[in-house]
Amino acid sequence: MTPAMAVLEFRLAKYRHYWRSATFNSLATPVLLLFGLGMSVGSYVNRHGSLGVPYLEFVAPGLLASSTLQLAMTESGAPVFNSFHWERSYFGMIIAPPRTVDIIAGELAYQALRITPTAVIFTALMAAFGAVHSFWAIALPLVAVLVGLAGAGPMFAYSASVSSVSMMSVMLRFSLLPMTMFAGVFFPITRLPAGIRPVAYVLPLWHGVQLSRAAASGIGTATAACGHVLVLLLWCAAGVAVAHGRFVKQLTP
Amino acid sequence: MAATAFLYRSVLGDELLLARAAAMTSRNATLFRSARSYSMLLISGFAEPIFYLVLVGWGVGSLIGGMTLADGRHVSYLSYVAPALLAFTAMSGALAETTTNFFGKLRYQRQYEAVLNTPLTPGDVAFGELGWAMLRGLLYCTAFLVVMVALGATTPLRALAAVPVVVLVGLAFGALGMAISSFMRSWQDLDYIIAVEFAFFLFSATFVPLQAYPTALQVIVRVTPLYQGVQILRGISLGAPSWSLLGNAGYLVVLTIVTMAISTRRIRRLFRT
Repeated sequence: MTPAMAVLEFRLAKYRHYWRSATFNSLATPVLLLFGLGMSVGSYVNRHGSLGVPYLEFVAPGLLASSTLQLAMTESGAPVFNSFHWERSYFGMIIAPPRTVDIIAGELAYQALRITPTAVIFTALMAAFGAVHSFWAIALPLVAVLVGLAGAGPMFAYSASVSSVSMMSVMLRFSLLPMTMFAGVFFPITRLPAGIRPVAYVLPLWHGVQLSRAAASGIGTATAACGHVLVLLLWCAAGVAVAHGRFVKQLTP
Repeated sequence: MAATAFLYRSVLGDELLLARAAAMTSRNATLFRSARSYSMLLISGFAEPIFYLVLVGWGVGSLIGGMTLADGRHVSYLSYVAPALLAFTAMSGALAETTTNFFGKLRYQRQYEAVLNTPLTPGDVAFGELGWAMLRGLLYCTAFLVVMVALGATTPLRALAAVPVVVLVGLAFGALGMAISSFMRSWQDLDYIIAVEFAFFLFSATFVPLQAYPTALQVIVRVTPLYQGVQILRGISLGAPSWSLLGNAGYLVVLTIVTMAISTRRIRRLFRT
């Protein structure tokens, strides 16, 4: 077994003890939002007719992307911080065969696995309620994993840098919430003033939402899709690069 | 004095002295001032409801246009949704304190063991914690009301009238959260509270009138606590008060008293004082 696999196994062994409540949690928020907004606000939006598609179809792929990003950022927040400060499990790993790169690779692989079941269930729900119109929807869980990794990379770097676990909620509030606003999850970014619209193009979530919407509807070009994938990979890579430096600094005596 | 002492003893099954409860509240206030990360967390709590206001009121509102009230007036979606988000802010501010923080102090930090070795009684602890929870909610709500007035969602006078209601909503949810947390066994149980809180947020006639829900859901929503707060605050904020709002307020007062009686008894039982 490679050292990175051992790190992954460590995470999975822990996950085995709380997977029920974890799955419930990661699904409760997006599913409640999907039906809460889809049913209530949806009927008003549809009556107003300003979107062109039913609100449920618009908001569902966006919710998949935003809730996955939230899940990945939460999971690579406190648990990673914990491994440095309270549990100090990384300090145990680093004197065993795993190197810093192995730890990060194992953690990334865990994020991908952690996201997959939630994304598959949410995609199935979307299909069941008619929010999916293309064969490409099969790729939705993969899109979700990509969005998750784009959030996890930078979050590793953050979690390895802060000195208090309360800073996790601060990060989620100041990055996730505003991002949801700018990324066209609940309304198209064409509703934003033209001056601040370019902010969306930098954010990983906007690319995730676009990719997810394209997969659900089957509408979009290959060039655009490749562009979105590239930006998401870039966010992940940049995050991992910074995280590596932070991990080395924390774990070097 | 004797009469109030008797009242506290019969309702709470315990003694309560507000001066002693204030010592518990001021302990939290001192921590707020000294711990940087804790105050960062509190300050970020200001931002959250304001983001929601802009996101939903203005962003989603642009897809809806406006709302027509029962009295025939047409209001912007932002003004319609703002009082509901205000009620949510009062709820979540108070709940954050009496669920996660209270549970941590109760089960892990063992802080109340030390506190109860001083003249403070379980009743003092419960009311002291509730006081701080309400203040935290009020802090967020004050900022939110200023933003509401600035965006023209309500008038300054109505915003002022909303303050006591916000206090009541904070007390009711702070008390409810504390009573429930006192029965929790692990952090995982707290996740269920968060899910219920989120369901309240979505289904309390928050974004659309009650009549837009399916009939079965309407019946359930009518008896949930956040709906009461949304009704009162929307009535005040949009300038359409009615006598029925007193019923909603009465619900919250009763909820506060009953859940505080439970919390006090639970604290005493857990620490056998």
